[in-house]
Amino acid sequence: MSVATAPAPDVPVAGLAPEERRELYETMVLSRVFETEAERQYKAARIGGYCHLSSGQEATTVGVVHALQPDDLLVTGYRSHGFALAKGTSPEAVMAELFGREDGCAHGRGGSMHLLDVAHGYYGGWGIVAGQLPVATGLALALVRQGRPQAVLCELGDGAANMGAWHESLNLAALWKLPIVFLVVNNEYGMGTAVARASAEPELWKRASAYRMHGERVDGDDLDAVVEAADRLLRAAREQRTPAVLEAVTYRYRGHSVADAGLAYRTKDEIAEHQARDPLRRVRQQLREAGVAEAELEAIDARAQERVAAAVAFAQASAEPEIGQLAAGMHAAGSAEQFARMRPGSPFGELALTFDAGLGS
Amino acid sequence: MSAVAERAAEQVSTDTEVMTYREALRLALREEMARDERVFVMGEEVGVFDGAYKVTAGLMQEFGSERVRDTPIAEEGFVGAGVGAAMLGERPVVEIMTINFLLVAMDQVINHAAKIGAMFGGEVRCPLTIRTPNGAGNQLTAQHSQSFDQWFASTPGLKVVSPATPADAKGLLKAAIRDDDPVLVIENLPIYKQRGAVPLDPDFVVPIGRAQVLRAGSDVTLVSHSYATVRALEVAERLAAQGVSAEVVDLRSLRPLDVETVAASVAKTNRAVCVEEGWPTYGVTAELAARIQHACFDDLDAPVERVGMAEVPLPYAKNLELAAMPNDERIAGAVLATLNRKR
Repeated sequence: MSVATAPAPDVPVAGLAPEERRELYETMVLSRVFETEAERQYKAARIGGYCHLSSGQEATTVGVVHALQPDDLLVTGYRSHGFALAKGTSPEAVMAELFGREDGCAHGRGGSMHLLDVAHGYYGGWGIVAGQLPVATGLALALVRQGRPQAVLCELGDGAANMGAWHESLNLAALWKLPIVFLVVNNEYGMGTAVARASAEPELWKRASAYRMHGERVDGDDLDAVVEAADRLLRAAREQRTPAVLEAVTYRYRGHSVADAGLAYRTKDEIAEHQARDPLRRVRQQLREAGVAEAELEAIDARAQERVAAAVAFAQASAEPEIGQLAAGMHAAGSAEQFARMRPGSPFGELALTFDAGLGS
Repeated sequence: MSAVAERAAEQVSTDTEVMTYREALRLALREEMARDERVFVMGEEVGVFDGAYKVTAGLMQEFGSERVRDTPIAEEGFVGAGVGAAMLGERPVVEIMTINFLLVAMDQVINHAAKIGAMFGGEVRCPLTIRTPNGAGNQLTAQHSQSFDQWFASTPGLKVVSPATPADAKGLLKAAIRDDDPVLVIENLPIYKQRGAVPLDPDFVVPIGRAQVLRAGSDVTLVSHSYATVRALEVAERLAAQGVSAEVVDLRSLRPLDVETVAASVAKTNRAVCVEEGWPTYGVTAELAARIQHACFDDLDAPVERVGMAEVPLPYAKNLELAAMPNDERIAGAVLATLNRKR
């Protein structure tokens, strides 16, 4: 399922080594256990706001991030817990962010939708559908300007492919030959709207051809297929500055967010049908066939449970951000001086809440 | 440094040249591009075409097409590309042909650039400069004659400057480029051709958040920015002949807003007339009036007066357009009404 209107990225890729498969499986399990716990904590009112879970999409998330080099850059939409974990952000930092605590990866200022970990090359979880595409395009432009050999992976959902920002970003990336791969995570529904009810061309990868860009579709629940395609396209992006669209077809088990039961627009049978082809179960079976002992598989499950439990304990113990730091981070150092003369006539409470609460520090 | 060299340095630093507002902006861009490799210009027609309003004329020949990057007509795309490049440490200067077209990139400006510092807990910055002219007066009609300054200036996370003079055009654009936060530089179409003395010192920078008293007076304070300041100065001169001594405070920055300088002036004159080219309802002058009444409650001898664009989409017919704009007659009328009010 591929069309090559640009020079075809055709770099041979070695398959997953047994140890790699085991490690990826461990990350997939961690992601699933994390999401399950996040939903539990949300229902216990320790997590608020919007909280979008990715259970069912682990082969795509973990497989694509595996194809990234450590210093490649990652940008995502808001269904991003698994991406952050796969890229190397600790479960503690992610859970603390969900809890709105100071030790969260965005110090409790971003929450579920706005994870970020610059040290690991993760440039954000963004909350406006398709808004992250132009930003990711700019990151790729900066890589070129700086002569760096890395690539950007920009994740988006199927719904984002109907936004103007998608078209503008693909055009710029192709026009300027930027090292970027747009990963369309097609989980069949944009919120509650099935892809075919929203997209006149529901095979979203085909839209790449409008920009003379390579596009292709993979089974997003097939770990090997995801790794192979992502690796090949990212190499082409790095080595030949050939941008591409990779559409991974997968399925989310939970609703759009934890507030959505996910049943108004699909049936329980449909969900069960997908769960029968669960990507975790697939990889677990592959490991079994490769001779990994049942005890080791159970140990993986247990480790994931322990790590997530530790993350919850860490998040609970982490301090809430100080009210006196309400404006912290908003502006660069030195900005307090610029704002100093704005104090006279300020609205009631503004001085304490903003001017004395970390503005410009 | 020897005494002679020191004197020579002083000489250079105080040297000025008379040039247009447009040339002052170009000088700022050229100096900052020469000073810092990370600075690059991006926008529609900035290169081969020399800029829709010629601000970037000659820069592509001087710095090449990588640093003076022509873009397709895709404001959301290339403003966002500026945001992303800035996050990775570049210093993009994105030109938007006029502020009217910035509306199609609002998501990138408001939901992205302005949010980055706070939303990610200060873990990453966005040193992006966007420069764009607003303004009316050329019969460009409803879709091309607008001033949205207050939309941006009311958004936490952004800084907004709007120079009225060629010297400030140079100094504030340089300050914006050197700033570590997203800064919107609002220029103005009718004053691109205005001339004035501009410091040639490449380190001349006008600090963000500092207003300037452009004309001293004792009877009333006119507070304005951009083209409204040009009109306010004109009106102040005209009223001087009638015995009115008007002080003119040019805001220069809209966010942060230098209320301190405004309040000090009003405390002296006891009367304020705020002028803007935008619609005054919820406008810059509304903000000024609120802050002045709070900071200067005991000083005021009259209610704060406001003059702005008539609240209609701007018409084409020349006479209608002139009537709608904050013209000299309306500004002078507001000043006289304020002065005639008995305590």
